[in-house]
Order: sequence, then C-alpha cells, then structure tokens
Amino acid sequence: MAEPVVTVQGQRQAGEGLIFWLSGFVLLVGLPLLNVLPDPDSWLHVSDFALNRFGKFLCFAILALGLDLIWGYTGILSLGHGVFFGFGAYAIGMHLMLTIGTESVYGSALPDFMVWNQVKELPLFWKPFYSFGVALAGAVLVPTLFAFIFGFLAFRSRIKGVYFAIITQALALCAWLVFNRNETNLGGTNGLTDFKQILGFRLSEPGTQRALYILTVLFLGAAYAVCRWIIRSRAGRVLVAIRDSEQRVLFSGYSPANYKLFVFVVSAALAGLAGALYVPQVGIITPAQIGVLPSLEMVIWVAVGGRGTLVGAALGAVGVNWARSVLTNYFPELWPFFLGGLFIAVVLLFPDGLVGLFTRVREKWLASGLWVRKSPASSEHNG
Amino acid sequence: MAERGSIIYLEGVTVDYDGFKALNRLNFIVNYNELRVVIGPNGAGKTTLLDVICGKTKPAEGRVIFGKDVDLLPLREDEIVQLGIGRKFQAPSIYGNLTVWENLDLSLKRASKGVVATLVGTSSQAERDRIGQTLETIGLGDCAQQRAGSLSHGQKQWLEIAMVILQDPQLIMVDEPVAGMTDKETEQTGVLLQSLAEKHAIIVIEHDMAFVRQIARTVTVLHEGAVICEGPVDKVQADPKVQEIYLGHRKQKNAHAAAG
Repeated sequence: MAEPVVTVQGQRQAGEGLIFWLSGFVLLVGLPLLNVLPDPDSWLHVSDFALNRFGKFLCFAILALGLDLIWGYTGILSLGHGVFFGFGAYAIGMHLMLTIGTESVYGSALPDFMVWNQVKELPLFWKPFYSFGVALAGAVLVPTLFAFIFGFLAFRSRIKGVYFAIITQALALCAWLVFNRNETNLGGTNGLTDFKQILGFRLSEPGTQRALYILTVLFLGAAYAVCRWIIRSRAGRVLVAIRDSEQRVLFSGYSPANYKLFVFVVSAALAGLAGALYVPQVGIITPAQIGVLPSLEMVIWVAVGGRGTLVGAALGAVGVNWARSVLTNYFPELWPFFLGGLFIAVVLLFPDGLVGLFTRVREKWLASGLWVRKSPASSEHNG
Repeated sequence: MAERGSIIYLEGVTVDYDGFKALNRLNFIVNYNELRVVIGPNGAGKTTLLDVICGKTKPAEGRVIFGKDVDLLPLREDEIVQLGIGRKFQAPSIYGNLTVWENLDLSLKRASKGVVATLVGTSSQAERDRIGQTLETIGLGDCAQQRAGSLSHGQKQWLEIAMVILQDPQLIMVDEPVAGMTDKETEQTGVLLQSLAEKHAIIVIEHDMAFVRQIARTVTVLHEGAVICEGPVDKVQADPKVQEIYLGHRKQKNAHAAAG
C-alpha cells in the first residue's frame, strides 16, 4: 500500500524539478535573449525597462523564500523582514553612494545629502563601505548578526505567536524611525539614491542592468536550492513539527529555540541578499521601503502565492508585485484596496494560496476520472 | 536493567501558583521497572507532578532526583528528555502535517538533535528497522506514509506513545492515555503499557478505574498536592480517606493530617 504513495511523491518531485529547470531557463536565458535579439518594435521584444522591473520582482522572490521558511514552514510570523531587507539594501547603497564621488550634484566627495545636512566629514561607520567586498559581506552579515541577537533574545524568552509578530512589527517601526532621522546619516527620508556606477560599470547602461538581472536569477536559483535542501532534510521536518506541536518537539529532545533561531537567521540573510540585489537595479532605497507597511506586504506575497511551498512564495512575490505595477499604472489610488481585498480573499477563499488552489483544482480534475486512462496502474490492467 | 532503588525521587516539592499550592511538600518515589498509576480528583496536582519531573514547571522548593544522583531542577526540558525521561501528553500531541513515519523518525533517539546534525543526518538501516517494528507494535504498519493528522483519535494516542518509546526513555510518563478511546482500544492500550513495563519504569495518570484495575500494581492517590494513600488497588479503594475524597466529603483536616 505504501508503494503508490511513494510513486506519487516521486512524480511530484520530478515535476518540481522540471518546473525549476524550465523556469530557470526562461528567466536566465529566455528573457535576456528576448531583450537583446528581437527588433525593439517586435512584439517578442522584452524592453530594458521590463527586464529591469522583472529583476526587481525576483529580488522580492528571494526574500519571500526566506519568509516562507520561517512563516510557512515553521509557523512563526515575522512582520519585520523589511528591516533585514533594508540592512542589505543600505549596505550596498552606501557603497554606491561613495562611488558616485565628485559626479554628485554638489561636486563634493561626500554624498549629496551630507553636504545638504552640513556634515563636514564622512562619518566613521561609512568608511568601510568604500570597499565593495565589505559592503557585499555587510549586506548579508549585518542582517544575519542582527537577526541572531534579536532572535536569540526572543526565542530564549519563549516569545511566540502573536507576541513575536508584534515585537517584530515594533522592530520595523523602530528601524523606520531611526533610518528616517537625518542624524543617523543615512540620507533621512530621501534615503540613498542617484547612484552612478557599480564596480566601474555604469548603472544607466542596459548591459549592466542585464548582468544584474542575470545575477539575481542565479542568486534566486541558489536561494531556492538552499531552502529546498533545508526543508528536505530532517531539520526541515523539525521545522514543520514545531509548527504542528512545539511542545512535542521540545519533549522529543530538540531545542525549538535553536531551530527557530536558525531559520530566522537564514531568512534574514536571504532578505539582506534580496536588498543588496534590489538597490543597484532600482536605484533608490528609502526608509519607506523598509518599515511596517512593506514588511506587511511581504507577508501578503507569501500568503497569496501559498505558504508552505517554496514555489508558491516566489510566485506570490512576483505575481503581487507585477499586479501592483500594472494596476498602479491605471488606477494608482486603488492599489491599497486591491491589496487588502486580495489578502481577505486569500484568507477566506484559498488559505493555501495560488499553489494550493491549483493543487485543489488538479485533484478535483484527477478525481473526476478524465485522467484515469493515462495512469500506469490501469494501463497495466488493460495490457 | 540491573539498577536498583529509585528512578525518580521527589522530596518536599512545592509548586505555588500565586498562592494556590498545586503541589504541597510532595514526596513521591518510583523505582526501576515499576508501573505506577497516579489517581486523584481534578486539581489534585497529577499533571503538575509530571510537569515538575519533565522540567516544564519549576517548583518553588524541594528536590527532584533522577536515577542515583542527577538533579533535574537546573535542566531544560530537552536536556531532561535526553537523560531518558519521556512524556505522553493528555491531548494527543503529534505532528499532523508530517507522515506517521516522519513522526516516528523525528522522535527516535539519536546522538545529537542539534540543528547541524539534523540538517545533514540520514537514517541508518537499523534505525529504519526499529521504526518499522514500532509501527507494527502499535498496529499502524499500513499507515506509515499517511498524514498523521488524518489518523483516528485512538491511533494518534498510540502514535504518541510510540514516539515516546522510540526515545528509549528509562522513565515513561503517560497522562490519561485512554481518554476518548473505545473499550477495545482501552484494553489494547493496557496490554501495550504492561508490555512496556517489562523494560521501563512507567508513571500513568488515569481516571478510568476499570483501566486502573487492569494495569495497576501500585496506585498513588494525590489530593490537594500531596500523597494521601499509596498501595495495591484493592487496598487503596478500601481506604476510607480515598473514599471520602471521591465521594466528596470535605474533611480536609483529615487529609492534611494524612499528608503531613
């Protein structure tokens, strides 16, 4: 009796692998080729703008994978992932600010906003960011370290459920307030922007943006592989077990606090990576992108796509943001209502998100009997 | 299992919930390879007793010693589990979204249950055999790949017992294992517990007196956080103090005198 189940699982895994390689091929080779090869007037042509915008969505997908790991699999709702995203984004943003050099509006070696704020000398904590390596490492390590300390304190004290959600939301609000202040020397409300180059490549060049896009796809693939490895391991099952019955996990000899800390740190690192890739492609990072609201939106991406499935989380991030960029084009003021309505619809109508909806429809279809003739068991029977 | 003496030893344990003494200078000893049933009316402190032993609740005063000389009070719950104390909870607590097999696989005793070890760890053939045997023991051999959440209530209870067994505990604590079970399931559970008692020390909390008579050798009666009577089933049932408690006569002074 156990055998057919294993086969179904095997098929599902094979199907997932197929989707992974297929979408990987389309994203990595297909879209860039359609960007470069066809005539700009052809309907096949993917514009520089479209490719760049898609790169941004894929950054969000990286973040969504991490958020799904902690929320979808482990059942811990974090409303503060915008902060980790912000750490990554600001780390790279600071480096990009410094590489502007004297091309800036005021012609000073200092970033424009410092001149504006009458800061005479570069603050000490900015200096390491002259190095791209430091900035890149910082983009991942700062959120990692921060999540480690924050998570260590929270999970040791056994803060869970809605309380954890609330303190992470408070964290997002704090970060927003701190980053907003001019005294923090991170550009205040206007954030960091007006970047010119990265590693000597002009950011205004389509080629640079194409390379950044491809890099993002590669990192998304790697992030997906890492997350999949985690959830396929026994540790991944411990995460699901924590969601189902944390008490039982504790009384089976595991320390749930350590596992939660682990998954929180991994998701923070992915959020930081997403932020680092986001900044050079979008060209601006402000506190408005890291506060309470964006952190909530990130949760909605995962809910819409389908929490507890990695593909769903990534799909949700891309889909919701795509819808956003289309809708805000035509009805700018309607977007918040649409987003709220979408969230209500997900909670009420398809709690497992789009992927869950798809699975349910497919199961109904399979159960309807139209598929029976092709199943191996009955073909054997016929033969 | 040649050890002698007590496997768990509680002395003068008091648990105070804002003035309500859930346990009141409780003394409680269970020996190796003993099957002990703890009964008592609601609020007598039965579940609190288990909470103290497994580290979920830290007593205000008293000593809790495991085996010869291991003090349990400074230890965390998962550390106490690793020492060899397993607990089955009152409401079945299993992992509903994992398969029955995965439930057992996670519970199996392993050298390390840290994050790194579980990230890279795989099951050995011996471990798989052991899980397979345990599945047969609890009669869930056909359900190995089924979602545990879809099992019946009784099957969930057994699954959790099996999960505790796979931890290889020296002491198993079981909180109302037959609540909500059919008569047949209750009887099978009794047989299961008795067979386990050959190799483990077991503490069972139970209300169902028919079930208590089926499995019990020694019964401890708790009342208001202290032991008021201990001995074979017949002796305990004949005890006037116990009858008073269960019949609801409120002669608390007598009970305190007996406990003191």
